[in-house]
Amino acid sequence: MADTLVNLTIEGRPVSVPAGTTLLEAAKTVGVLIPHYCYHPSLPVAGVCRMCLVEVEKAPKLAPACATSVAEGQVVHVHSEKALESRKGVLEFLLINHPLDCPICDQSGECELQDYTFAEGRIDSRYREPKRFNAMEDFGGDVLYVPNRCILCTRCVRFMDDVHEDAVLNVSERGDRATIGKAVDADLTQPWAGNVVDLCPVGALLSKDFLNKARAWELDRTASVCPGCSQGCNISIETRDNAVMRFKPRGNDAVNQFFMCDEGRLDYRWLNRLDRLEQPMVGGAAVDWDVALAAAATALAGKRAHVAASPSLSNETLFLLKRLITKTGGAGYITVEQGSEAPLPGVKDLSLRADRAANATGAELLGFARASNAVAAIKSGDVLIVADSELDGVSSAEIAKADAVIVIGTVLPKGAPTNAIILPIATFAEEEGTFTNLRGRVQRFLQAKGTPGMTRPSWFVVSDLLTAVGEKAEYFTASAAFDALAKAEAPFSGMNYDALALKGAVVAGMLAEAK
Amino acid sequence: MGYPHKSHPRETALLSKYFGDVEARTLDGWKKRGGYKGLEQALQMEPSAIVDVVKNSGLRGRGGAGFPTGIKWSFMKPGDGKPHYLCCNADESEPGTFKDREIMRWTPHALIEGCAVGAYAIGAETAYIYVRGEFTEPIQRLNDALAEAYAAGILGKNAMGSGKKIDVYVHKGAGAYICGEETALMNSLEGKRGNPRIKPPFPAVSGLFGQPTTINNVETLAAVPHILVNGAEWYKAMSLSNPKSMGTKLFSVCGNISRPGNYEIVMGFPFKDFLYDLCGGPLPGRKFKAIIPGGSSVPIQTMEEAEATLMDYEGFVAQGTMLGSGGVIVFDDQQSIPRQVARLARFYAHESCAQCTQCREGTAWTTKILERIVAGQGTFEDLDTLLELAEAMTGKTICVLSDSCAAPVVSGIAKFRHEFEALITGKRSSTVALKPAATPVAVA
Repeated sequence: MADTLVNLTIEGRPVSVPAGTTLLEAAKTVGVLIPHYCYHPSLPVAGVCRMCLVEVEKAPKLAPACATSVAEGQVVHVHSEKALESRKGVLEFLLINHPLDCPICDQSGECELQDYTFAEGRIDSRYREPKRFNAMEDFGGDVLYVPNRCILCTRCVRFMDDVHEDAVLNVSERGDRATIGKAVDADLTQPWAGNVVDLCPVGALLSKDFLNKARAWELDRTASVCPGCSQGCNISIETRDNAVMRFKPRGNDAVNQFFMCDEGRLDYRWLNRLDRLEQPMVGGAAVDWDVALAAAATALAGKRAHVAASPSLSNETLFLLKRLITKTGGAGYITVEQGSEAPLPGVKDLSLRADRAANATGAELLGFARASNAVAAIKSGDVLIVADSELDGVSSAEIAKADAVIVIGTVLPKGAPTNAIILPIATFAEEEGTFTNLRGRVQRFLQAKGTPGMTRPSWFVVSDLLTAVGEKAEYFTASAAFDALAKAEAPFSGMNYDALALKGAVVAGMLAEAK
Repeated sequence: MGYPHKSHPRETALLSKYFGDVEARTLDGWKKRGGYKGLEQALQMEPSAIVDVVKNSGLRGRGGAGFPTGIKWSFMKPGDGKPHYLCCNADESEPGTFKDREIMRWTPHALIEGCAVGAYAIGAETAYIYVRGEFTEPIQRLNDALAEAYAAGILGKNAMGSGKKIDVYVHKGAGAYICGEETALMNSLEGKRGNPRIKPPFPAVSGLFGQPTTINNVETLAAVPHILVNGAEWYKAMSLSNPKSMGTKLFSVCGNISRPGNYEIVMGFPFKDFLYDLCGGPLPGRKFKAIIPGGSSVPIQTMEEAEATLMDYEGFVAQGTMLGSGGVIVFDDQQSIPRQVARLARFYAHESCAQCTQCREGTAWTTKILERIVAGQGTFEDLDTLLELAEAMTGKTICVLSDSCAAPVVSGIAKFRHEFEALITGKRSSTVALKPAATPVAVA
């Protein structure tokens, strides 16, 4: 069935889509967005907002584009007078009880009711009666419900019911008294419940964390990847004045559809830390980069490098660290923090993973070994390189075995000796690079904010260190570092930084999804 | 018969023949009156032959839409390997309608027999009778009758010794108007919120529990055994006017009229005679003003229109309204049409399931405007707004509740505009009797 193509015309454009496609999805393929509220590609069709009614020639009534399948020879008008009039009616109905409190609403600027009303709605309201009022309700978790703004599209209800498979939300009451209700004694503390805020097309479901923090139009959005676990959910880092305000999921059908878990979503504050390592240091004194790099090279001369690396460093940085290890005959270890799994039942192979690190797979592909203590195997006389890793569980005796300690990091790890050589680096939000998720998907993240002080991107610092020890590693972009990685490392062969784009590519020999 | 009144000689009592007859409620009494002959006959026929007989009889759905019953049954494809279901819509929630209630109260076996025949004809082993929760007595009668029918082996694994399995269940609804809409009824029966479903898929493809399902009204199913016993031609012959409307039809009459009640007449009966002769005309000293002839969802008729109407599917349409469910609501010259329309709108606003935007917001807004007009706070712009809202609420939603709210508003303003205007200008209060329109305006 999926192989049969159906030919039709939408807004004068010829369309050929597989049988069974809805008019709404078919229109998207030719760049026509049919306005809608209740429809969402990840949720079952409800067909209740009636916003997507379009005119189909020869049909007696307007058809809901979200619930009407394409048919051969159909001629569809999205912006005909009848369709526009119908949408204008829906918008007026939606607005009669909707408070005009856009100036104090967090959704303002990214509100679909605001957008479509501005584009197609009436200029005034004919409604003269008092508006319906219902008090705000704390839905628990990170979610606040403002019923007055609710347009009852039921996306949140369907998400909890069909995707999260924990039907705690419902439509309570009937008629214009209806609101979204929450099951007694159930809070929206489910691991993925925060997605209802993103799904809400208006300002009815708000994030308590983001409440009154910024206006949508003040935010800069950067495509990135959540570093919280090995799932690698695609996200958008939203910053205001160089501070991260929130994470939002970014669509990628191969990884996370349109979702991200609450744990990942709310773990962004560390990106705004002020107690950062901001300048290179040698022996407790701030120095210039070339001094620090020369000191590090001197320390490494003739010594093995024992690298305790963070499994959340980028593929590029880990690759360059690996070259340092190879060059010095050293060893590399990672310690991967563990947490409990929390799958999203309605989406195949989407879960908050036990490996709470962005790039454990990448590190392992590059030869880093897992160890509960990344320093345990250090040999006397090694140079310990602590690459953005914590030293929890590492004894001072183990550290004392090292001939010298080099910290390549964003903050000073507890237990690091005061005379360590410090090479300050950027966080993942301050640099570019790639992570490899647990299914081997290599995904790019972009720079969302500036680097503080004298910090430099991690791949750049390790390239400089390699060069300082006499290894040729002159990369001036993350892209060049990645291309060198692709050339040198078999799992990544054939990959190209630009071609990864925003959806990523899967390393050779790994399945994109679990069997 | 005109229960609770005596049968009128001009009535044709087929379904209502035993209304008021306590003995007809029992299995023995029902059998004595010719009961279960239709089922007995049906079980010896091929299901497709039953469908053909019903098709030939011209029986049309009595719930409101008037869809030919035999054709509806023929949509159920035999041998598709899926369980089929028959649902009997006994929700009867349309204001002004109470015919099914009397069928269930007095002749519960007639409905059970009809359900059994219908189920067998469409290849179903299970029939559900969805009764509205407020119908406590009919539910009791049905349950008593079901127990008798099971005990006598009429229903069950070996229905009437035929070797065929027919189960009938009574399901008590929780009292929502919308659950009389067939897809909402199925959702409710499945234990879900009674929200109408998007069609397609139609129930015959994916209905109750996702299986092929047919939904029929009580009166429709109760008529089927009579057709089997007496033949399609006999039924077809009962038509006084349009050849597309045949058989008898029960009308529930209420409002400002001398003898309210249920009346059964042959299709095509003159509405004027019905109102003045059978129902005894207006109360002493009063005059009829307007009629809603088919349950609250159909357009209002002026008396001129009503008196020219022949009572069948086409006859009512010809006079600007619909046969609907046959719930005749009569208003006399003491009534204010704006007030009545406001009351109807309030009902729809209360009963809207809240799915579709136009219905959820439109019914409530319409009600607020109408109530403001009735309270003497209306403006002339309000009338335009009401008509524009009605336009925005018609033909755009999943089910027709929204359309049903708009219909009396549009017909009320079109035909009785002067009453609305009198309230707006302050010349009349809503409680004072108003003169009927000198020249009624035809509604488009």
